[in-house]
Amino acid sequence: MRRSVRIASAIAVAMILCSGVAVKQWSFTASAQQKPASTAEVKIDNFSFGPVDITVPVGTTVTWTNRDDIPHTVVSTEKVFKSKVLDTDEKFSYTFTKPGEYPYFCSVHPKMTGKVVVTN
Amino acid sequence: MSIKKKDELLHDHNHDGVDRRGFLKCMAWAGTGAFCVIKGGVLNSYSLSRLSEMNPADAKGELSFVQISDSHMGFNKPANPDVAATLQAAVAKINALSTPPEFLLHTGDISHLSKPEEFDAVDQILKSASAKDVFFVPGEHDVLNDDGKQYLDRYGKGTQGNGWYSFEKKGVHFVGLVNVTNLKAGGLGTLGHDQLEWMEKDVKHLKSSTPIVVFAHIPLWAVYPEWGWGTEDSAQALSYLKKFGSVTVLNGHIHQTMQKVEGNVTFHTATSTAFPQPKPGEAPSPGPMKVPAEQLRALLGITDVNFVRGQHALGIIDSNLG
Repeated sequence: MRRSVRIASAIAVAMILCSGVAVKQWSFTASAQQKPASTAEVKIDNFSFGPVDITVPVGTTVTWTNRDDIPHTVVSTEKVFKSKVLDTDEKFSYTFTKPGEYPYFCSVHPKMTGKVVVTN
Repeated sequence: MSIKKKDELLHDHNHDGVDRRGFLKCMAWAGTGAFCVIKGGVLNSYSLSRLSEMNPADAKGELSFVQISDSHMGFNKPANPDVAATLQAAVAKINALSTPPEFLLHTGDISHLSKPEEFDAVDQILKSASAKDVFFVPGEHDVLNDDGKQYLDRYGKGTQGNGWYSFEKKGVHFVGLVNVTNLKAGGLGTLGHDQLEWMEKDVKHLKSSTPIVVFAHIPLWAVYPEWGWGTEDSAQALSYLKKFGSVTVLNGHIHQTMQKVEGNVTFHTATSTAFPQPKPGEAPSPGPMKVPAEQLRALLGITDVNFVRGQHALGIIDSNLG
């Protein structure tokens, strides 16, 4: 038992080392062209987006998570992005590649509105 | 000519907080449906939850039908993990009516997620109802992802636009409207220009003595706009109905019964066959109300007794069989 744990630990350490090298290499090549990708979260609770307005840098991937018992959608008012219907705990992500203001709403419950502001 | 009074007085038998200038609310949380009888051109509505107490004489009129709503087939959260069973219970009550209804009206949210199997399940359950004809209008849950294409394929035969239509039954003119598509950010339910234009033409040539029943999913009056419980352009639709003596508007969407009389128009909302929703503004959001499992069925049957009397010739009686 102890032996197998030790072996497993060794494998795990090796894997971490390997993946560390891989990540390092990747970040080295990537850093020359772009900043590391950033992410942001919006939660849907009680028929509202939280936070209602968020400001993120260009290249950010925003992920919405529906935590209501009722399905919702995330739809850009200017038709830039549109999720499928999100049931409880389902997510939708969109990566913002251009600066600007992106108002959006739930097309099922249009009183629910929010905005993503993307900056350089 | 009748004198129009806003928010006609409603008689409160139960001292349940209904004020005289407001509308009447009866807290039938998630009832089962409404049995509607048209007598002398006036629509009388009875909760299916208390059929056993109904005087058989009240069930007879020129025409009777049942309104059910908000079945949300596919919903499986704690507020009601078995929405199929509660829909079946509603059908059992329909089948127990001493006067079988001519047809059923379903005022939308047939499904919860617009999945084919959800529509199939409702169709299957409704097949066992004594009334074989079912007239539908879509709820917002029925037109998810495809702007209502599947809904139209299933239920839209003979309808216009995104599913609106009218029909006659025994001299009563029924108008089914769609107010759940093309919703705008920040807005309420919407009928849209094309549908309004169609409706104006549809009722224009009818005699003013024709009883009119309009049905749609989202209320055609401002129940609580803060929660989206209203329709942007409903006033335009109602303006086409001014000449008629008896107009009844039947809606779903809010999962509780409410009623209001305004001039010649009586508005009713139906309960859901699936789960209750809170009273306007009395919760952070209009999400499903969770009640202990052993209470859900009982709550389905709780209905206050209400007598509503308009002060014009075609006043309406709405009681819940008390």
